[in-house]
Amino acid sequence: MKRRDFLKSVTALTAAAAVPAPAGWSPAKAQSRQETLLIVSESGPNNLDIHGVGTNVPGYEVSWNCYDRLISHEMKTNDQGTPYYDKTKFKPELAEDMNIGDMSVTFKLRKDATFQDGTPVTAKDVKWSFDRAVTVGGFPTFQMSAGSLSKPEQFVIVDDNTFRVDFMKKDRLTVPDLAVIVPCILNSELVKSKATEQDPWGLEFTKLNTVGSGAYKVTNWTAGSQVVLERNDNWKGGPPPKLKRIIWRMVPDAGNRRALLERGDADVSYDLPNKDFSELKSDGKLSIISTPYSNGIQYIGMNVAHPPFDNVKVRYAIAYAIPYQKIMDAVMYNLAKPMFGASAEAPTEVAWPQPHKFNTDLAKAKALLAEAGYPNGLPDPIQMSFDLGFAGVNEPTCVLTQESLAQIGIQTTINKVPGANWRTELTKKTMPLFTNVFSGWLDYPEYFFYWCYHSGKSIFNTMDYQSPQMDTFIDGARAAAATGDTDTYNKDVKGFVDLAFTDMPRIPLYQPYVNIAMQKNITGYQYWFHRRLDYRNFAKG
Amino acid sequence: MLTMILKRLMMAIPSLIGVVIVTFLLTRALPGDPAAYFAGPAATPQAIQEIRVKLGLDRPLIVQFGHYVDDLAHGNLGTSLTTGQPVASELRNRLPASAELTLLGLIVSIIIAVPLGILAATKPNSLLDHACRIVATAGVSLPVFFTGLILVYVFYYQLGWAPAPLGRLDVFFTEPPHVTGFYLIDSLIARDPETFMAALKQLILPALTLAIFSLAPIARMTRASMLAVLSSDFVRTARASGLSAYTVIITYAFRNAMLPVITTLGMVFSFLLGANVLVEKVFAWPGIGSYAVEALLASDFAPVQGFVLTMAVMYVAINLMIDVLYGVIDPRVRLDA
Amino acid sequence: MTDIATSPPRESSLTALFKHSRYVLGENPVTGFAFALFVLIVLASVFGPHIVPYDPLASDTTQALKPPNAHHWFGTDQLGRDVFSRVVVATRLDFFIAIASVALVFLMGGLAGVAAGFFGGWTDRIVGRIADTIMAFPLFVLAMGIVAALGNTVQNIVLATAIVNFPLYARIARAEANIRRDAGFVEAARLSGNSDWRILSFQILPNVFPILVVQMSLTMGYAILNAAGLSFIGLGVRPPTPEWGIMVAEGSAFMVSGEWWNATFPGAALMVAVFCFNLLGDGLRDMVDPRRRT
Repeated sequence: MKRRDFLKSVTALTAAAAVPAPAGWSPAKAQSRQETLLIVSESGPNNLDIHGVGTNVPGYEVSWNCYDRLISHEMKTNDQGTPYYDKTKFKPELAEDMNIGDMSVTFKLRKDATFQDGTPVTAKDVKWSFDRAVTVGGFPTFQMSAGSLSKPEQFVIVDDNTFRVDFMKKDRLTVPDLAVIVPCILNSELVKSKATEQDPWGLEFTKLNTVGSGAYKVTNWTAGSQVVLERNDNWKGGPPPKLKRIIWRMVPDAGNRRALLERGDADVSYDLPNKDFSELKSDGKLSIISTPYSNGIQYIGMNVAHPPFDNVKVRYAIAYAIPYQKIMDAVMYNLAKPMFGASAEAPTEVAWPQPHKFNTDLAKAKALLAEAGYPNGLPDPIQMSFDLGFAGVNEPTCVLTQESLAQIGIQTTINKVPGANWRTELTKKTMPLFTNVFSGWLDYPEYFFYWCYHSGKSIFNTMDYQSPQMDTFIDGARAAAATGDTDTYNKDVKGFVDLAFTDMPRIPLYQPYVNIAMQKNITGYQYWFHRRLDYRNFAKG
Repeated sequence: MLTMILKRLMMAIPSLIGVVIVTFLLTRALPGDPAAYFAGPAATPQAIQEIRVKLGLDRPLIVQFGHYVDDLAHGNLGTSLTTGQPVASELRNRLPASAELTLLGLIVSIIIAVPLGILAATKPNSLLDHACRIVATAGVSLPVFFTGLILVYVFYYQLGWAPAPLGRLDVFFTEPPHVTGFYLIDSLIARDPETFMAALKQLILPALTLAIFSLAPIARMTRASMLAVLSSDFVRTARASGLSAYTVIITYAFRNAMLPVITTLGMVFSFLLGANVLVEKVFAWPGIGSYAVEALLASDFAPVQGFVLTMAVMYVAINLMIDVLYGVIDPRVRLDA
Repeated sequence: MTDIATSPPRESSLTALFKHSRYVLGENPVTGFAFALFVLIVLASVFGPHIVPYDPLASDTTQALKPPNAHHWFGTDQLGRDVFSRVVVATRLDFFIAIASVALVFLMGGLAGVAAGFFGGWTDRIVGRIADTIMAFPLFVLAMGIVAALGNTVQNIVLATAIVNFPLYARIARAEANIRRDAGFVEAARLSGNSDWRILSFQILPNVFPILVVQMSLTMGYAILNAAGLSFIGLGVRPPTPEWGIMVAEGSAFMVSGEWWNATFPGAALMVAVFCFNLLGDGLRDMVDPRRRT
């Protein structure tokens, strides 16, 4: 066979097969494209049930959209014009009425709500679901306890349509905690029928099937590949969603995700490098919305239980040595709110996140190291660790910090920890220096500080920081919030913020933005505390 | 023939046992603690220890290995931590995706490399020969993921000729009814030319990436083998008898030169099956390669063990098939064995 | 009466090698070109870090992602580091990875192979089993597994590459040792009182070396590509070390947004090096054994 002929035939074959899709589309396909939302992200859920063992964050998004909760939040608008959940105003979802008493709250459930298989939703489903949430252990139980919801005895069926939650103690966070993703309502009869002796809560069944009363249901899930959700036309928890079908595809390569968006082959992505968001914003071809993380901060943490970071002067030296602005420019592309460099006279606010007064000043850093007894820098190299799952931000942050620390005589080696092992490493509390991000679903300063600075062995107190004074402030603030004692509350909040900056066990860098890129014809994005997508309000065209 | 097959299988068993042991040890050596993963965030060290006992991870390695082998004997490859599905069913679902891609890649590679090798052999040491060698070597000198990304960039992003790298099928097509798991074959069986074309379109770029990467060994072996055959007596006789060049090269020489090429094909196929983990990542291909890589990075034992075992078994099977094929093509081999 | 013709004075073997090489290189321009390229790579490895204009680790975020210009011939990367300096300095690390991998696999595989071929029996069986077991693995995944388990340092990447290539070297070495087992020079060495291990290491292995050197140049290319593949998965060398593979892997993310220089220049360097090693392998094969010229 002559080579020329062979090449000709291959080209013909390739050309025939590479005819671009839109040219040959039937009207039926075009219409169904109009009713479908195609989301692309790097990874997907590993479990469709938030109560499941080891469910990852994408799994929370499925739960949010396929299950209802008793209450939800009203929307307000933030200063950029984006709909933003209002943490103080609740709106009914499965419950049509809420009555907050002194030591309990009573809900009247909607009478017309049904699960996706037609069974009506009653109070026993609510109790069973809540009992499940506080009993299965792991993250869901932990989250429930954040609002002082920990015992099944707290959940009382008054009658078929009335449900009561008794408080263990007064806690401002109890009612907001009922609006987070975890206390979702499952079809208890259906799940009970699939339970076994080894699996009394039916976790194996709900891992693969959504059995809620929510606006969407999962009709197809190929782990690691795609999730397909279809609208539940009988949803009673709110106005009917406009989009009939949601297809969520996993595309591991970030460059490909951007290419898909730019060519119009994907509708939405929240999973792009900051640089791409920043550029797409200035290009103007796509709609880019950026919102600060509620109650969230990226920080540099140090293990304060061991030398050299047990010495506060060394910690101050690090705080002066971090190249903050470089990180804002080259890593975040200014898609973040700086949490550094506040002016020296700025008063402490009753708010969190709040910037600290340190800025990059290598001379001061060196002087402090000398004061701490290390005039020539630290003798041994320190390992700086980060979560490889968020390498796009963490790696350059660590590289820039490494370079800066080297200039004050601190040598570091960079340690990449694969995402799945990151939690394990944090629990061990042995990493001397690391970068991490923490944000809380409940947007209250005392909530953040309780998990991150209190001396209880919380995994999120990654610095192993123990301070009785700090504990007093935090406990005081929580108690004051519960009783409505504003004066004590304000005093204690300012107290713990000041102490956090005086002791500096962790160095806040910035408050990141949640970014989303959408085709211009897509509207209805709402910012929620969980930062995931709420499909119920999206519309196309 | 049958005795040869049985003998080869017997010889393969110690390797498979070795593979099982090494994989077990290697996965246990991975950093990361499944117990901590299961226990979830905010777990206390006691909670993690309880889960560790429940999962049987506190037992000595020998006992764990015993359980593993026992499970294997019952066809139970364990469950994946990250996806929560049984490994055996996931491998079964994903294997056709990788196999289809690798086979197509191999076919494209053969279509390009074999004529290239024959051509180079007909004019050894000429400019044509050097050009062929340079083209083939260039393909294998770039990292395979880079080749893939460049192809996506040029043919999808810039030119729009290729479809979106979204996996095996565009979002608006449904899979053809499952017969073999190969979309190309299944769509033909279901008489669905649209789905066939859709699946073929998605396959072109990743298959091309694999093909570029495997050109060199096939072209090289074809050339070497053809050179050896072209200088043999019977070819000289054929030439002297006045047969056309085409008849001499294709009908006589090539047929005889095929054998070493087939051995190379077998090697290349099993090499590609292992190497296409990177291609699958670039093209969002739902195959076993991407499955194994994600599991490895998450220190998820069971999928990695299952993947390696499956690959090892396939390797043995492919080599066996090659040997049988060899015997079919060349009676001398059969008679000797 | 016939005169015994006096033979011409014997050339030293080095001169003979040199003449033969020149002949082979002259005959095959591609090989000559590959040799020249190899010399260039060695020079860049040795002198590179001293002659580059910028510190490859120095970041300057005000200059991030600038296209190639008069100040930065290859442009700058996302942290403002000079790509040209990084590419040149990376030559040393990549060359080291290549050389170390082949040295290790030659020693491991070569010794094991010649021992298997020489002693036969149980040694042969054990080495054969180990080689078969390794070959049954999907090789890249085995490399990934080793680096994931032991940690992503340069040493472990080199070790993983060596282990993955072990079976091939063992097999070739074994075949060669088998042939030479009863050769005259081996007999002579034994009679002089050399132990078996001395014979293996100093008589047989050096004779196997020329055969293996062809494979070694191919393995050098493979070692670099392997490191690049591992970097793409996140198991490559640690940042901020400049290494072609990790520069390509990280730079690919910038292709779609138009900053092509991040990935293209290291990719080109990588390609040129692997290309050079592959062609070198062909040339060495011609030099070593003309019958095997392919």
